[in-house]
Amino acid sequence: MNTAWLPLTALAASLLAAVIIFSLPEEARRARTSVNLTAAIIKISLVALMVKRITHGDEAVFSFQVVGNIDFVLRADALGVMFAGLSSVLWLCTTVYAIGYLEGTANRKRFFGFFSLCVASTLGIALAGNLFTFLIFYEMLTLSTYPLVVHSGSDKALNAGRIYLRYTLTAGVVLLFGVVLLYSLTGDHSFASERGLGDYLDDHRVLLTLIFALLVGGFAVKAAMVPLHGWLPRAMVAPAPVSALLHAVAVVKAGAFGILRIIYDLYGIELSVELGVTTALAVASCITIIYGSMRAIAQQELKPRLAFSTISQVSYVVLGVSLFGPFGTIGALAHLLHQGLMKVTLFFCAGIYAEELGIHRIDEMDGAGKRMPLTSLAFTVGAFGMIGLPPVAGFITKWYLGIGAIQADMYWVVAVLVASSTLNAIYFLPIVHRLWFRVGPAHGHGHWPDEQRLGRLETHGWLLWPAVFTAVISLGAGLFAGLPFSPLDWATRVAVGEYLP
Amino acid sequence: MNWRFGLTDSTFDPLMTSHWALAAALLLPLVFGVLAAIFPPRRMWPVALGCAVILGGGIGLLMDTQQAGVLHWQWEFIGINVALRVNGVSMLLLLLTQWLGAAAALYTPGLLRISEPERLARWLWPLMGVVISALSLAWLSTDLLTLYIALEAMGLSAVAMLLLSGKADALLAGMRYLLLTLVGSLAYLLGVALILGYWGRLDLAGLAEMVEPGPVAWVAAALMGAGLALKAALFPLHAWLSPVHASAWTPVSALHAGLVVKASLFVLLELWGILLFETFWAPRVIAWMGMLAILWGGLIAWRAESLKTLVASSTVAQLGYLMVVFPLLLGPDISPLARALAWDGFWLQLMGHALAKAAMFMAAGNLILATGEKTLEGLAGTSRRLPLSLLVFGVASVTLMGLPPSAGFTAKWLLLQSMVISQQWWAVAALLAGTLLTAAYIFRFFRYSFMETAPRHDYQPLAPGMDVIALGLALAAFGLGLLAHWPLDLLHGGGA
Repeated sequence: MNTAWLPLTALAASLLAAVIIFSLPEEARRARTSVNLTAAIIKISLVALMVKRITHGDEAVFSFQVVGNIDFVLRADALGVMFAGLSSVLWLCTTVYAIGYLEGTANRKRFFGFFSLCVASTLGIALAGNLFTFLIFYEMLTLSTYPLVVHSGSDKALNAGRIYLRYTLTAGVVLLFGVVLLYSLTGDHSFASERGLGDYLDDHRVLLTLIFALLVGGFAVKAAMVPLHGWLPRAMVAPAPVSALLHAVAVVKAGAFGILRIIYDLYGIELSVELGVTTALAVASCITIIYGSMRAIAQQELKPRLAFSTISQVSYVVLGVSLFGPFGTIGALAHLLHQGLMKVTLFFCAGIYAEELGIHRIDEMDGAGKRMPLTSLAFTVGAFGMIGLPPVAGFITKWYLGIGAIQADMYWVVAVLVASSTLNAIYFLPIVHRLWFRVGPAHGHGHWPDEQRLGRLETHGWLLWPAVFTAVISLGAGLFAGLPFSPLDWATRVAVGEYLP
Repeated sequence: MNWRFGLTDSTFDPLMTSHWALAAALLLPLVFGVLAAIFPPRRMWPVALGCAVILGGGIGLLMDTQQAGVLHWQWEFIGINVALRVNGVSMLLLLLTQWLGAAAALYTPGLLRISEPERLARWLWPLMGVVISALSLAWLSTDLLTLYIALEAMGLSAVAMLLLSGKADALLAGMRYLLLTLVGSLAYLLGVALILGYWGRLDLAGLAEMVEPGPVAWVAAALMGAGLALKAALFPLHAWLSPVHASAWTPVSALHAGLVVKASLFVLLELWGILLFETFWAPRVIAWMGMLAILWGGLIAWRAESLKTLVASSTVAQLGYLMVVFPLLLGPDISPLARALAWDGFWLQLMGHALAKAAMFMAAGNLILATGEKTLEGLAGTSRRLPLSLLVFGVASVTLMGLPPSAGFTAKWLLLQSMVISQQWWAVAALLAGTLLTAAYIFRFFRYSFMETAPRHDYQPLAPGMDVIALGLALAAFGLGLLAHWPLDLLHGGGA
């Protein structure tokens, strides 16, 4: 069956949504909402179709020639569909959340238009079949997130946007140079090709290492690896749905996903180990994990703490990749999904606290569990998952990463994992403690900074339900990890594909 | 090099329809321009009707060219041979001229209706017709004299269009431009005289066979090169460009920055391909100037106070990209692959920039017209009030920054590949630095536009279509990146 239309339509769903949203007038709130939701649901069903095709052993491919020997390729392979699935599910949740969050504010047309573009780029990154296509969507992501970061138009937001562009556009240039060097050396190299770049090892060892450094350096900026992470905490000025999507899915994950593609589908694992680059990556990611956690402890505000936590958590993915072995790979891939679900939950909750109660600082959160039980439950689930407590999804990842480290004889990685989990506990448990066990305004002591009563429930339903939904999935991904089509199951499928071609 | 410009014999005689299509391309812009001066169009549809005829002729010529590869015409006027040819490159540029010209013409009625009507405004039409006809002639002609006529007609009518707006600073900029373009023509003519005196002929195909490297060729190339560089606003001869655009009418700016400066560059490349084919240093000097142009133009644009200066200075930098390619096209010891990639990248960059810059001038013109403000600060907060104009500006700027999937990106990709193959690392650095500089000045403007605290103005509503035309051009530049296959095929097919 010809399935070339599948990846193309999935991409077109969000692109078209962006175009329609841009052409609708600012006041057409209802029409915009329905376009958004319809496109999100269509996209989820298309990704589900892709999953079905892959289980039948058929990868949908769409391609056409751009110039000379360079093709534009969209390919729905297992790894790509995994990321596409994450982004499309979270798109739906975040869209619902954003509709509630931005209720009654200005420039919503611009926001949702670029939001859709951003998600379209993420899908393009997921399905890109070669480095050229990947680069196209990677840069598109940079451009389409800028208006979201500066959305509020305040000086702080505009400065954050400037820093964001400085980092990401410079990274884009580095990446472009790396990709052009690679194409000059090897020509068009599909991600689907079975042979890595091993053929070039003997003659071009130095060049291959240089290209690897350029490519990974370019991706590491978006993946916010230390010391290239500076943009991320600043970008926290963006509205909460943007923080949720940027930090959980789009930007940082695009960077991590890029590194995955480079190692698994471009260089090949053996070659990466042979070049010695995986050890360097493992060290860099461990430094990032520890540094991010340390900085998170020092933060007194909720969103920056979550931001530094993201810096730390995304590097688990990179760490898992650099552990040569199937368990590390499974851990990395599963964490790509798990971290997305858990972090999005946490950011949703942070946004709800800010909107409903005006809470921005951690010491204002005393007793919020009584006032907002569902939100606080969701937050607790996310926090436990981040620490790696069973049965939340985060536990699975850390378990697999630990096994992977032991199998690879890298015992110091296990130490890093233990240290990081301890640090995670140090910065998350006090918050959970404050939520449930401290006495606060809900018990008649003092006032919330800025209490709104947004809805009949503890807050606006459009805000609450996405947070609860993602919390439930995070829990489910841990509890039912053994079932087919769970994140772990799919990650295992991908990993088996990589190691047993 | 010369076969790439179609300076070869062709085996096909042009068909009857080709004659008509050629006549339409060269004469109809003039005729319609004069008609429009007599009966100034108030609406868009009469203009659209006229443009449709010309565009149809262009497409007819395209189909004939695709069949024949190269088409040649030759006439004799009072003892002088005039020869024209259509091959891949010239066909592509002719189409670009026609479509861009049509966009500029369609934009004009709305502009004239909104801005206070000048008594002289009706003369814009015939002058625009002259510019488009002269451009078409410049792409097609194959002898030095016709080229001179085309360049001169183009330059003079551009000056006249500037003077039409009647403002004092426009007058000053226009007179300076007139002076410089005449100096440029003089240098060019001296070169022509030298060639005519030494080799006794002016047709390019003949010269290509006769020219031997030597002092005469070098001096002639230097004279003509200097004259053309002045007309093309190549760094460091670019200072006249910004003042000209600061006071010009929007469609004039769009045509001028998009095409007129490129015509001189085209002629420069064509002539040097004949006169300096094996020279090592001349293309390198151009390339070094190009690197400086990228930096200098970028810096000027970055520091610009007014939006039009920003857009105009960006042209200087973008022309720098084209200059950097010269050592990959001209000179000894270039690998065929590197040269082919550079050739494709050069024209793709030129086309992308022409479309994007025209769109950007229109968007900037719309913003300025609607707000009455010319400075970046005055335009603060436009994101909320004029989203469509700003979107056009944004889409066009993606091409200028060379970010995917725009034509600028694909062109940059091809050029980078060519530079990596021939190991010109300085050029690679210049191209990459150019991307960042462009982003710096583009986003400086966007930073202003996203401000929410800006005071509110009363806005002049734009005529319908003014934004849409600009958006069409911007999207064309944007989409050309992924659809680059088609123009590049034409580029190859027409010369081989």
